Amino acid sequence: MTTLTEGPETAAARETPARRRRRVDRLPYLLLLPALLIIGVLLLWPLGQVVVMSFFRLNNVRQLRGDRDWPWVGLGNYTDILSDPFFLTVLRNTVLFAAANVLLTMVLGTLVGLLLNRLGRKMATFVASCVMLAWATPALTGTIVWKWIFDDTSGLVTWLFNALPDGLSNSLFGRSDWTGYGWFNAPLMFFAILTLVVVWHSFPFIAVSVLAGLKSVPSELHEAARVDGASPWRVFWKITFPLLRPVFGILIVLSTIWDFKVFTQQFVLAGGTQDRPTFMLAIYSYAEAFSPPPKYGLGAAIAVILTLILLVVTGFYVRMVLRQEDET
Amino acid sequence: MKKVALNAAGLLVALFAAFPVYWMISTSLKPSNEIFSATPQPVPTHPTLAHYREILTGNLIPGVSFFDFFVNSALVAVSTVVLSGLVALLAATAVARFRFRLRTSFLIMLLVVQMIPLEALVIPLFLMIQRLGLYNTLPSLILTYLGFSLPFAVWMLRGFVAAVPKELEEAAAIDGASRAQTFRRVLFPLVAPGLVATSIFSFITAWNELIFALTFINDQGSYTLPVAMTFFFGRDDTNWGPVMAASTLFTLPVIIFFLLVQRRMVSGLVAGAVKG
Repeated sequence: MTTLTEGPETAAARETPARRRRRVDRLPYLLLLPALLIIGVLLLWPLGQVVVMSFFRLNNVRQLRGDRDWPWVGLGNYTDILSDPFFLTVLRNTVLFAAANVLLTMVLGTLVGLLLNRLGRKMATFVASCVMLAWATPALTGTIVWKWIFDDTSGLVTWLFNALPDGLSNSLFGRSDWTGYGWFNAPLMFFAILTLVVVWHSFPFIAVSVLAGLKSVPSELHEAARVDGASPWRVFWKITFPLLRPVFGILIVLSTIWDFKVFTQQFVLAGGTQDRPTFMLAIYSYAEAFSPPPKYGLGAAIAVILTLILLVVTGFYVRMVLRQEDET
Repeated sequence: MKKVALNAAGLLVALFAAFPVYWMISTSLKPSNEIFSATPQPVPTHPTLAHYREILTGNLIPGVSFFDFFVNSALVAVSTVVLSGLVALLAATAVARFRFRLRTSFLIMLLVVQMIPLEALVIPLFLMIQRLGLYNTLPSLILTYLGFSLPFAVWMLRGFVAAVPKELEEAAAIDGASRAQTFRRVLFPLVAPGLVATSIFSFITAWNELIFALTFINDQGSYTLPVAMTFFFGRDDTNWGPVMAASTLFTLPVIIFFLLVQRRMVSGLVAGAVKG
């Protein structure tokens, strides 16, 4: 008999003799070793290293190679960041953007999930396949296409606004010719388009998860409530939502984590790291570290701040997942 | 009446979700005068493969074509997949088949490290790559993506290994198979479909990644596709035809792979939240 054949339950239920246990216990650790090594070296060590780096002034790539000294500045990088009014702008951008995106993604995703559950079989399959396309599209190319749709000369949106009756366009927006209008120039407009891109990318996951949740709920409850004349609004808040509360909890936490560290979409939409008024934490950290002149220590300090914020959110997530693993 | 409204809403959602993908492919097939015409054409009236020919055969910089970036990206992604699959399979077997002291701690760690904001690791990993002398090489990316894809791969494979009935392995053991033989001849073939699904996720992770590739590679000949696309196509006066052709070539493998495994995605991320 080998332990390879023993599942967790049987092994736990049966008290194995101490001697035999000592002999066979080494194998699982051996199997885990490569994974532990990789996770340790490539994820955990850098995580510690980013904290260490945030305490030094590192403004030259030769310091990273080890050719030059690392001057210790203690909390200097942090006080530099926190006393800079620009940090408040970045923090405000990050928090407001994440809040708006989580809210919109959750609402749209849930509505689409509920819709998919009500549609006929053929229609549901068709809509779900289309929704899946948005999900599958890489962040990079998805953003490039949206950039093309908002192109200031031949973009579809520019054409649409040009096609509006001049009088209407003038009274609504104060202009009738949209050719050459820089959609990405004003920060608020930039964030609106970025939100559109991010929500487009992330609502499918919410929709499909909510749909999966709905399928696991007995439909009799809904039907009974509907027969009793409850409005859809009431049915959702009194029956669907309480039943799916754990799913919603995890989805909100995951969305929050993802929307707090949006990078690729912003980088592509802004065409690099030049557009400082629209900076959020992730791109701010990157720009400080890698845009010349490099400030690796300062960038690391910003990265630590971002990580700390996400750590709190992650705490919620792990607690929820573990609770559900226990229940099943 | 209500049914009509529901179906209309469904069509609207489908349009919103699928339109950008359609528009990408459609634009890539239009001749330039159609792309830049005053009134957009919903479908290409004179479809052409000219943009594809241009990016695949033309040189973006002397001696380097789009195809070379494609090869770089594929090399990195496939290496990541092979390494990550192998290591993940071993770890998943340990977690799914044994009960040992650190098992729960390891599982919790897997969950937690998946939540590490990778964006925060660019700077320290850049340091590590510099120290190892791997700056400007593709292995720097393979190593990085291996670390990123592994936790999810183990988490996902764990379920596949646990789903293989233990009786099969017991039978093999009774027939005198060694542990290694049981692993290779019984467990491995049965887990193979799960390994394929897991590999696809690792592939997509490596294929799509932009930030690290942007930071670790300076030599244009070693660019991966995402970097090449932001570098060569992110300019003013963008020539959208070739850009959309390149985007289509980049996107299609991902969409195909993704559709093959999307079911697992939900169950992997919302682990245990939905019963049944």
